[in-house]
Amino acid sequence: MNLDDLAHTCGEWLRASGPEADIVVSSRIRLARNLAAMPFTNRASAYQKAEIEGLLRERVTHLELEAPLTFLSVATMSPLDRQFLVERQLISRELATTEGPRGVALDGRERISVMINEEDHLREQVMRSGFALDEAWQEIDRVDDLLEQRVTFAFSEELGYLTACPTNVGTGMRASVMLHLPALVWTKQIEKVFRALQKINLAVRGLYGEGSRASGDFYQISNQVTLGKSETDILKEIREVIPQIITYERQARATLLRESRQGLQDRVSRALGTLQSATMMTSEETMDLLSSVRLGLNMALLNDVVTIATVNEVFLNTQPAHLQKLTGSALDGEERNAARARYLRNRLREADAQPN
Amino acid sequence: MKCHLCANDATVHLTDATDGQKRTVHLCQACAEQKNLVKQQELNLPAILETLIGQHLGRTDELARLTCPACGIKYMEFRAEGRLGCPHDYTAFRDGLEPLLQRIHRSSQHRGKKPRHRTDEIREVELLELRTRLRQAVEDEQYEEATRLRDVLRSKEATDESG
Repeated sequence: MNLDDLAHTCGEWLRASGPEADIVVSSRIRLARNLAAMPFTNRASAYQKAEIEGLLRERVTHLELEAPLTFLSVATMSPLDRQFLVERQLISRELATTEGPRGVALDGRERISVMINEEDHLREQVMRSGFALDEAWQEIDRVDDLLEQRVTFAFSEELGYLTACPTNVGTGMRASVMLHLPALVWTKQIEKVFRALQKINLAVRGLYGEGSRASGDFYQISNQVTLGKSETDILKEIREVIPQIITYERQARATLLRESRQGLQDRVSRALGTLQSATMMTSEETMDLLSSVRLGLNMALLNDVVTIATVNEVFLNTQPAHLQKLTGSALDGEERNAARARYLRNRLREADAQPN
Repeated sequence: MKCHLCANDATVHLTDATDGQKRTVHLCQACAEQKNLVKQQELNLPAILETLIGQHLGRTDELARLTCPACGIKYMEFRAEGRLGCPHDYTAFRDGLEPLLQRIHRSSQHRGKKPRHRTDEIREVELLELRTRLRQAVEDEQYEEATRLRDVLRSKEATDESG
């Protein structure tokens, strides 16, 4: 698999299809698994890590899947390629930055990613566009079943799948749904939503796992508890709460329209105008303005000048590593901001000219 | 600062940190002496510990001595780093992990998916121990012992796969 080819595609999670895709960007499930008779990654010697990588790499790339997985060694990859995979959510920051033999196995559609020698020996992940936790679960469960036929996982009847950190023990499952919630942010109701979610033991993080003020108004909602509940029950809890958040976001959008239509129209139009004409653009400002444009398109305030799929693609391609891949050269801060603005002008004007 | 028990100035300050919860008690010399915490300027350590930490100490002390026989990690290393060393730690550090799991998950019984093959914990611990000894032998440059251990490990793994 050539990473430079991936740079010209969008990846599953930003495809902008799937149920409720205007608000629910993507659904993701990951399972943490470890080999039964090996020390956990942080306690394994370099030799043992190589042994683990060798064994799992062989098993993972020979699973009977419609689209076989390709292994990429993260240890020997350039820092730019690592950052590129982090931006596409195909590997974690931890896998990008730790030491020793490690890698990831991917399918061409970027729906399945299996990390080897992360905090746990295996981190199996499935990603879907839109609100599709059940489909994601069916797929990851199948990948896990196939793997389980080939390796013995650390498991106890009492505590379930055993993981390096006790916060993951049991199902080893973290299910998360990524939401775009600009109206709740603008109307300052987002904190209220967070508090309610924390009360029912769900975690809220930003696009790339950061804290409270998420870039681009993207938020990931995920379960915290992994022990004492079945996968089905955990998924049900998340599945039940998401429609409520969608309803709040829609209500907030309706309120904005009712109470400050002019202001809202101005804000989203200016955002698009700035993106189409600025000559220097930071990543942060881009995320902020694209969030407004995305909202404007979803509320039919921008007459479909660009599609949601284009906006999603631009979100990804203006991230530092993607931008450098697309321009084909390493760029420092100022050059990067100029290149980002150039890319935005071209991409959003070109889209503007296209008939819909 | 005033004494918690009377109006005198506090000169004895005791802080107790348990499970991330910090409690501080401020006392004057007289009250501290009366509580038997201080004897003529000298600290009565056992009495202080008994007052503040209670039974908690005995448990921590016992846990602090624990080492996993399979991977060699110490319980206190786990507490410092937050990561376990191998799957067998869940058995070796059971007493320390049980309250932790209750706090994180409010449960200590798995109710989800199970692998279809049964795992054989005794055999896995044996393999883990062999790996720890092999690694140690290599670090100590005892290559003959390392070669012997590697062969034992290989033959055991081979029977594992055929079984």
